[in-house]
Amino acid sequence: MSVLVYTESEQGKFKKTALEVASYAKAVADQMGTTVTAITFNAGDTSVLGNHGVDKVLKVGNEQLESFNAKSYANVIAQAANNEASKVVIVSSSADSKYLAPLLAIDLNAGFASNVVEAPSSTSPFTVKRTAFTNKAFNLTTINTDVKLVAVSKNAFGVKESSASATAEDFSPSIPEIGVKVESVDKVSGKITIADAEIVVSGGRGLKGPENWGMIEELADVLGAATACSKPVSDLGWRPHSEHVGQTGKPVASNLYIAIGISGAIQHLAGINASKVKVVINTDPEAPFFKAADYGIVGDAFEVVPKLIEKLKAFKAQQ
Amino acid sequence: MKILVCISHVPDTTSKINFTEGDTKFDTNGVQFVINPNDEFGLTRAMWFKEKQGASVHVVNVGGPETEPTLRKALAIGADGAIRVNTAATDGFLVAKQLAKVVQDGGYDLVIAGRESIDYNGGMVPGMLAGLLNANFVNNCISLEVEGTNATASREIDGGKETVSTSLPLVIGGQKGLVEESDLRIPNMRGIMMARQKPLNVIEPVDANSETSSVKFEKPAPRGAVKLVDADNVDELVNLLHIEAKVI
Repeated sequence: MSVLVYTESEQGKFKKTALEVASYAKAVADQMGTTVTAITFNAGDTSVLGNHGVDKVLKVGNEQLESFNAKSYANVIAQAANNEASKVVIVSSSADSKYLAPLLAIDLNAGFASNVVEAPSSTSPFTVKRTAFTNKAFNLTTINTDVKLVAVSKNAFGVKESSASATAEDFSPSIPEIGVKVESVDKVSGKITIADAEIVVSGGRGLKGPENWGMIEELADVLGAATACSKPVSDLGWRPHSEHVGQTGKPVASNLYIAIGISGAIQHLAGINASKVKVVINTDPEAPFFKAADYGIVGDAFEVVPKLIEKLKAFKAQQ
Repeated sequence: MKILVCISHVPDTTSKINFTEGDTKFDTNGVQFVINPNDEFGLTRAMWFKEKQGASVHVVNVGGPETEPTLRKALAIGADGAIRVNTAATDGFLVAKQLAKVVQDGGYDLVIAGRESIDYNGGMVPGMLAGLLNANFVNNCISLEVEGTNATASREIDGGKETVSTSLPLVIGGQKGLVEESDLRIPNMRGIMMARQKPLNVIEPVDANSETSSVKFEKPAPRGAVKLVDADNVDELVNLLHIEAKVI
């Protein structure tokens, strides 16, 4: 009956989103008067999960599952859910979790709610609040099936501490045949990704050309942030597509989003407005971004950003 | 190759989002509906397969008669035929069930859907459809090539991209990258005239239950006005972010 949560790891280490979904699973388990079981794939030390409410860890260590495969991961999570007789299964909103979740829903005959931002308002009927209309509204949804699948939005519920200790046991599932084989992975290493970043620094056409991105990267560096860009910038080829954020690009749900020389087209705002705090720096006081931001500076990025870098360096040095 | 492109009928991005009937229904009053952007990238890629490799392309929507202008637009862009499953799209599972029947009856090899619709953002229909069909599935797909029954695709992952090999039958959750924005086609007069002659078959739904139901909608609390900081006083911004917003 325990709530099952899929806790993602990378190179054996748990991601922040894993701790967030574990915290969410704990909240659901408390409401239902049950425990939390986490499933991990090729993870190292799992004790940290206990600090976020997990009672039991099912450790899957299998060479065939070394690289992510949506179908086999979904199938293995479904086997674990069946073993645990779980009625609620929780996953994150990472690219991989979003990929496997609908397959898992079919495997489990589970009704599925994605982009969920709060603990259930009721567990009978099972009712959750999710974002809709690209963050312009919320939708209260009930899941009517016996088994329920919930994908939690990033950075919405938060990571909660809970002092407990998790027991770990090995879980040896059967591995299904797969039909999608990874040939190559092209991933920037040593750089914070937009998906994992707490802070994102984003540049727009106001920066006039790719040669001016040095200060964006330096600002990101000082803040430990990821860099991103608006659609026109990626369309012009100034920055790679992987940095494009907005409705047709990557979604951003960071703690802090700093937009520099971005006017704030509605498609851009749709993609970033799940971020908690937004700062805009733009020469045009009429730019729509000022209506969506928490803090703003009307000014020339080429003057403001170097000053901001300098002030932040001084601030960081004091910390 | 027989391609089916799934088309969501969604409010244009710039639409005002309001609700009626005690916040239970989306207010369509004055709203312009369009082909879901993620689906349009897929449709345009399908046109490429039609022109270069002789594929046939059908489009499908699960919805009421009000979605037909959107299907006609897809026909004007170049799809050969359209299917509308005549039932309200109340839940991702129900839609996937209807689509699975259309795919099985039509013998489609390749199904291209958008990674998510911009209205409900569920992001579940392509994956559920692949699960129901036991077909291969690539989500967040940013490039796709098909040779015979073999396919090569790339998908966006957190922090980069991944290239995969797979085979038909295949379901794609597509997005920008399948084609670029500049490749999108605006229907011309000839396309619009021809679209009127193309078949738009309305079929009745198969039995399926919604697994979820929408209770009501809420709008986010209105946000406060932006706090402006003088360009000569960048220190203040650092202080606000540290002390007030607590994000650095």
